[in-house]
Amino acid sequence: MFDFKTHVKAETIDQAVRLLKENPDAKLIAGGTDILIKLKQGKKGYENLVDIHDIKELKHICLDNKENILIGSGVVFSQIMESGLLRRYVPLLCEAAGSVGGPQIRNIATIGGNVCNGVPSADSAPGLFALNALVLVKDEKKEKEIPIARFYKGPGRVELDTGQMVTGFKISFENYHGYYGHYYKYAMRNAMDIATIGCAVSLKTKDHVLTDYRLSFGVAGPVPLRCPGTEKAVINQKLSQGLLDRIFSQVEKDVAPRTSWRASREFRLHIIKELSNRVTRKALQRAGEEI
Amino acid sequence: MAVGKSINRLDAAAKVTGRAEYTQDFFRPDMLTARYFRSSIAHGRVKEIHVEEAQKLPGVEAVFTYEDVPDIRFATAGHPFSMDPDHQDVADRLILTRDIRFMGDEIAIVVAKDDMTAKKALGLIRVSYDTYKPLIHPDDVLKKDARQIHEGSSNIVGEHGYEFGGDVKKALKEADMTVSGKFETAMVHHCHIENHIAFAYMDDLDRIVIVSSTQIPHIARRIVGQALDMPLSRVRVIKPFIGGGFGNKQDVILEPVVAFLTLRLNGRAVRINLSREECMIGTRNRHPFFIEMKTGVMKDGTIKARSMDVISVTGAYASHGHAIAAAGGSKNSYLYPRVVTRFHARTIYANIPAAGAMRAYGSPQVIYALECATEDAARAIGMDPVEFRLKNIVKQGDADPVSGKKILSCGLDQCLIRGRQLMDWDKKKKAYESLKTGPVRNGLGVACFSYASGTYPVCVEIAGARLILNQDGTVHVQVGATEIGQGSDTVVAQMAAHTLGISHEKVFVVQAQDTDTTPFDTGAYASRQAYVVSNAVFRAASLLREKILAHAALMTNKPENFYDLIEGDIVDADTGRFAMDLTTLAMDTYYHKDRGGQLTAEVSHKTTTNAPVFGCTFVDIQVDIPLCRIKINKIINLHDSGVILNPVQAAGQVHGGVSMGIGAALSEEMLIDPESGYIYNNNLLDYKFPTFSDMPRIDHAFVETHEPTSGYGNKALGEPPVITPPPAIRNALLDATGIAVNCLPLSPKKLFDVFSQKGLIHAKGETNV
Repeated sequence: MFDFKTHVKAETIDQAVRLLKENPDAKLIAGGTDILIKLKQGKKGYENLVDIHDIKELKHICLDNKENILIGSGVVFSQIMESGLLRRYVPLLCEAAGSVGGPQIRNIATIGGNVCNGVPSADSAPGLFALNALVLVKDEKKEKEIPIARFYKGPGRVELDTGQMVTGFKISFENYHGYYGHYYKYAMRNAMDIATIGCAVSLKTKDHVLTDYRLSFGVAGPVPLRCPGTEKAVINQKLSQGLLDRIFSQVEKDVAPRTSWRASREFRLHIIKELSNRVTRKALQRAGEEI
Repeated sequence: MAVGKSINRLDAAAKVTGRAEYTQDFFRPDMLTARYFRSSIAHGRVKEIHVEEAQKLPGVEAVFTYEDVPDIRFATAGHPFSMDPDHQDVADRLILTRDIRFMGDEIAIVVAKDDMTAKKALGLIRVSYDTYKPLIHPDDVLKKDARQIHEGSSNIVGEHGYEFGGDVKKALKEADMTVSGKFETAMVHHCHIENHIAFAYMDDLDRIVIVSSTQIPHIARRIVGQALDMPLSRVRVIKPFIGGGFGNKQDVILEPVVAFLTLRLNGRAVRINLSREECMIGTRNRHPFFIEMKTGVMKDGTIKARSMDVISVTGAYASHGHAIAAAGGSKNSYLYPRVVTRFHARTIYANIPAAGAMRAYGSPQVIYALECATEDAARAIGMDPVEFRLKNIVKQGDADPVSGKKILSCGLDQCLIRGRQLMDWDKKKKAYESLKTGPVRNGLGVACFSYASGTYPVCVEIAGARLILNQDGTVHVQVGATEIGQGSDTVVAQMAAHTLGISHEKVFVVQAQDTDTTPFDTGAYASRQAYVVSNAVFRAASLLREKILAHAALMTNKPENFYDLIEGDIVDADTGRFAMDLTTLAMDTYYHKDRGGQLTAEVSHKTTTNAPVFGCTFVDIQVDIPLCRIKINKIINLHDSGVILNPVQAAGQVHGGVSMGIGAALSEEMLIDPESGYIYNNNLLDYKFPTFSDMPRIDHAFVETHEPTSGYGNKALGEPPVITPPPAIRNALLDATGIAVNCLPLSPKKLFDVFSQKGLIHAKGETNV
């Protein structure tokens, strides 16, 4: 039994945003894997729920007419893992999805909920950062696209105003075409765990030169983040062990992990460096490069 | 012949189809729910408590505090009653307490119409405390001026020691080399699937019925009687299906309070169903041990002397008290019986959750230190660890140097020899020599254990069995042996069928237990169940068989020994010719107007032996130094548990135990703030219990000996598999990296610290050189 007051099921996006506007205190619930825990713990602020679990318009994975990838916010992780389209173009997102919780969680938890929850450990976030994904936000009046890096405002806070909801994510053609990537979740066990560090790389090479490079982390700061300094230092450089060493030594300046009872700053920093190399190496392998 | 066959569990179909009824599946009309109000501090005393607002909440039936409960201190340990007052468990519990001894201590309890109302009411209780400095680490607990967590205890629950073989100091001096070490084990939790749950009601004016997920129905009955000062015959305990206990339900935790509540609420049913979070702090855990060891060794590979000092931390309440360290000490004494040995142990209180019984009861901690130290000694003289152990271990015919009892069956040497083959030890050892540098390294490890098949002579070992020949020729069996998921009912059916001479399919073991009708047995613990019950079942089944054959003779006017019972039929003993089937005979016993009667046999038997069991773990690991991770390539557990009654069930015990051991070795620990006593991870996300995907393939082998003191040659197996994976893995890590990590678990965080200290990880990138 959960202690909430109202629970209204929305059938369409329009109905959901209208309900949100009518009840400014209401929270969206989709898979419920975060909200129900909060309710169980007796946290306040979740008394009124708008349930978007069954909205069909939120469950698509497809290409639009410009070959941009669209992922509905109601898509669950097992759907992402099994999507032929995503496995072909953005396998790192499938790897991230496969690292979430366990099978039961992945069958119900949504990518939209994962991002909107705003936590730095969201497994889908580093991949979306590395792909320069756009967050599609809608309210009663308009729709807009917000770059994922701007969507995160702080721990547990995202760029959503009253009456707004995330309807999906867009990965534009030029942000995945010709890119190779990898996601690795470092945690204390292989499943049912929170990331100690999550690391995603998306890169492009030409003639043994790293023509584009995106390195992102979860739990390396208050929000998921990219590593602009490191990326700048290695883009358009020739592939070599020295390049990997530079990533290893540079990445520290781009991140700000903290000590918690779960893991110390030093430990996280060490794993960040180690993963920056291992994940890059794997992405390079996928690009057909060898170092 | 039913013993030794891999028959299916009797309850398999009931369980996989969801028909098996657990405590939570039972309902009573108007049943109420109770929830504890727990302390938010680890050490202190309640100054004031206000429950009026909670009482006013609609749906709340009652709120009780420490002021309302009987002023009777009772002991919760699920031990048989001891006739010796000096051996009785420490009585340091009240049903609710004003004195706070750990974060989560039980101050008050709300009874409401449902769980949500009860939870809301908890939020309306106001409490203020006098706070004292939490005493967490043994150094703080044992300081001269430390506050006494229990008045008059000096914070010490028990202390004992033993020596054998000679003067240890002298022997250590005479040794060619000595190695010493300090070892620490973590507080780990049982993580049984079914949390603690119980409810109670009264079905007449003065008798309380308790339905509980317990390993010890008869003991629970006695302790509830003591806690409420009522005759135990007024308490009835029913045990339905149990979703695991691992020792955590060998303690009386919820039964006294639900009994108290129903008494106060006019017999209305009241249930407590602990949440996982409560279960992980408010029930029991495994005692953390702090151990100092010295080992003296000769260059020829003989272990000369050993000295071991143990501090066992029982936490806020004694529960099983010093018995854990005592058992850990007594069950390892015969592993290396020719070594001059000194063992000393002390059990202390601390402001952390109470520890109690947990699978293998003190041995995982003691054997961890012992087998790490044995490894260090082997390495000190440059001897192969398997050879070194083979040279020093117990052999059949040796005596336990503490009790003087001769060891009648022992296959430990064969376990080591067979394990070495199965692991391909010599070949791998050579191959891994080149894998001791670089970021990824391989290593091999081994560790041995000894354990026991019960608690005798410390406690009574009593078991009861009642067999009834039904009208249709099948046999009903009632035993006091408690099925808690370990499969004891299935092997009881096999035992009875084996001795009777009928198919196990004709034997029905009554699953649910009820202290009003179930024969007396003290319950499931100490890996005693199959060993101790075998002696009762063997005798009762033999008796019933005699009665059946006598009735067949009576029916046909033949002499007493004319018939035999083979594969379910009465046959001519000499010729083997079919005489009659059992159904015909059974109908005659019931319905013939002049002869016979219902054939039953009932035996209550005390076992006055305690067969030692042995085994070992072999492990092959890969250490990824930069990722601070250990991967198990191969792990094999080998056991001498006498005759294996049911190989598939036995394999299940081994696999479960090994996975629990791997958890303790690599990831599991309760994280307790050293200043405040706050527990960070009392949930299954943050307590790193291994998942399916963390488990390597587990291999096992049995070296079957025949133990003459048990009904079917069988010895203990339930707990032992958990003991040796941690020291074997630690020894393999030492083999791979040259680093001895003497503190569990070997988690990534721990390995990061150790590898950083030892220079295997540098800040600048050139890791692991």
